[in-house]
Amino acid sequence: MASSKISIIVVTGSHERLQMAAMLASVGAVSGNDVSVFLSMNSLQYFLKGSDQPAPAEGSFGKLMDGKNVPPFRMLFEQAVDLGGAKLFPCSMAMDVMNIDADALQPWLGEPLGLTRFLADAQDGQVYTF
Amino acid sequence: MPEKKVIDARGSFCPGPLMELIGWIKLAGIGDELEVLSTDKGSAADIPEWIRKVGHELIGVTEEAGVWHVTVKKTK
Repeated sequence: MASSKISIIVVTGSHERLQMAAMLASVGAVSGNDVSVFLSMNSLQYFLKGSDQPAPAEGSFGKLMDGKNVPPFRMLFEQAVDLGGAKLFPCSMAMDVMNIDADALQPWLGEPLGLTRFLADAQDGQVYTF
Repeated sequence: MPEKKVIDARGSFCPGPLMELIGWIKLAGIGDELEVLSTDKGSAADIPEWIRKVGHELIGVTEEAGVWHVTVKKTK
């Protein structure tokens, strides 16, 4: 099975983009790809421990998804980790700005990472940004 | 003895049915068959694609009254 490296940078706080990033991470990971996700800016708040805060719709599709049985993006990210061995890294800069430490984040996230290290690891792979 | 498991993922949208199948495949034994029920047309096309990619055996895809039945045998 051909596998490749998929690196996903998530900065959005919108439901549609978080959903698409989570779909790519989960399906990519369970299909044998080496998936790394970098969570920064507006995305990180949704990964605070115990958070079930809904992400607001960006457009009509996001509104359409509300009330349908679309798999929650947090669950898809967690399945990417559990079922596909994906790694999700909180951005250390975003954590500094939010004034939080790793204990405040979901336990299934990896260790905080800086962009330099993430980019070094992403070398030779495809990078997707949401 | 190989077992057969039915996974009812009706009402869930892509990639919900696929992820449910994968969760169960991890728990299944080699030779077991798993049948996913899905009302999501995209999943009916996507699940066989995943099966092909990872190398399990696709037993069949049928549609009955708007419900797709995708059956796979775990081979490894």
